[in-house]
Amino acid sequence: MRVAALGSPVRRTVAPSYPRTSGPLKRRLVVGLLVLASLAMITVYFRESPNGGLHDFQSVGASALRPFEVGAQRIARPFRDAYGWVAGVFHAKSENERLREEIERLRQQMVINQAAVQQYEDLSRILKYKRGRNFPQDFPRDRAVTASVLASPEGEFQQRITIAAGSSSGIRQYDAVVTADGLVGHVSKVLRDQALVTLITDKESAVAARDASTGAVGILRHGEGSALFLDHVPKNKVVKAPDLIVTAGQQQGRLPALYPQGIQIGYVTSVSQTDIDEFQNVQVVPFVDFSDLDTVLVLVSDKARPNAP
Amino acid sequence: MLLPAVKAAALLFFVVVVQVTIVGSMGIFGGAPDLMLVMLVAVALLNGAVFGAFAGFWTGLLLDVALIQTLGFSSLLLTLAGFWTGRYGETTGRNRSHAPLVSVAVVTVLYAVAALILHFMLGDPASARIALVDALPPELVLNLLLAVPVFALCRRLFAPPPPARTQEVEFG
Repeated sequence: MRVAALGSPVRRTVAPSYPRTSGPLKRRLVVGLLVLASLAMITVYFRESPNGGLHDFQSVGASALRPFEVGAQRIARPFRDAYGWVAGVFHAKSENERLREEIERLRQQMVINQAAVQQYEDLSRILKYKRGRNFPQDFPRDRAVTASVLASPEGEFQQRITIAAGSSSGIRQYDAVVTADGLVGHVSKVLRDQALVTLITDKESAVAARDASTGAVGILRHGEGSALFLDHVPKNKVVKAPDLIVTAGQQQGRLPALYPQGIQIGYVTSVSQTDIDEFQNVQVVPFVDFSDLDTVLVLVSDKARPNAP
Repeated sequence: MLLPAVKAAALLFFVVVVQVTIVGSMGIFGGAPDLMLVMLVAVALLNGAVFGAFAGFWTGLLLDVALIQTLGFSSLLLTLAGFWTGRYGETTGRNRSHAPLVSVAVVTVLYAVAALILHFMLGDPASARIALVDALPPELVLNLLLAVPVFALCRRLFAPPPPARTQEVEFG
């Protein structure tokens, strides 16, 4: 310890300080202008057309960010795979048992389906039956656009992802988006090199869907957590677990069918109903793991699409 | 002033890219950490209100562009978050050990509430229960866990310049 004494020099270190403190006027002016700029951007963005200046700015900015996002995805991929592998090991045993039962059930189903398909084709030819867009027949693999996922859903508010393909790849608004597991969502906004995909887990999303076994049709909406529920299924229709749920490809009310029929969505986990409810309460678990989307397929078809709202 | 601004801009750019591509999709206990918000709080806490407001605006703009969402939405919220945190740092909090934790906790909660209100005002569908009851508690815990290392990193990056010279004090 050094003691200061009269007549002796003492070295005192100046305490480190953060000098970046502004005057009150400058502070208020800066924050006021930035808030005003943000509000102006929100207003203009809402009012202008999709070809407006701010949308163009966003498109250019998103294109500039793209290489960085792709780079980050590539760096993170091994770590995410490792995490997925470790998590998968814990579920492997129960998953294996469930899959064996499912394979057995599907084998039996396949035999029935093959006979039904043959019968359907024969009858369609005889009756000259005109059908709507069907998956995968009307969506040739070579026309589909494969795109990597650049940005994941941000928070609980909006279940949307950004993909690395846009109008330059032939993608249009309302195109259906799938993975090998099933339906992901639809294209809600298209930029030149990127597109925004609204997931079926989004609050705004509604998909006309049907039970592949019984043909009961309803509207698939967002439910609790990652689950979905099939709404508007009348009580007289039969739905049971673990029925497969696929897109119906049918118009529901005034809303056109955005999705072609036949895309698998998930399976029924529970069905319940009460005396006061008009419809059944059908819980559906999607096949797609929305928290781990890496690559998606945008379905592009030559067939005309129904008009979107 | 210019060097810290450049450092902050680059750091926040990097963090936004990491947040939207990697961290945002992590599902830990039903929530995901918001590394971007924690980093912004740390930067603002160490650099003051005006710096924090600019950092928040820049971060929000990058986020809105990266997520192709309404431009200005995140800028507005993060500008206010950066400003408030910076002001807290200028007045009372900067040199207190609990300051990063307090500011991260307060900003995480206020940001979630403000985002919910703004979504309602813009007509976006948003569930208050999911946002505030299901997702917020795990996010808050994860953000608090991130706060200490992130703040330590920022403290190294934005350390004030060492004193130019030692002062000689002569008594008598």
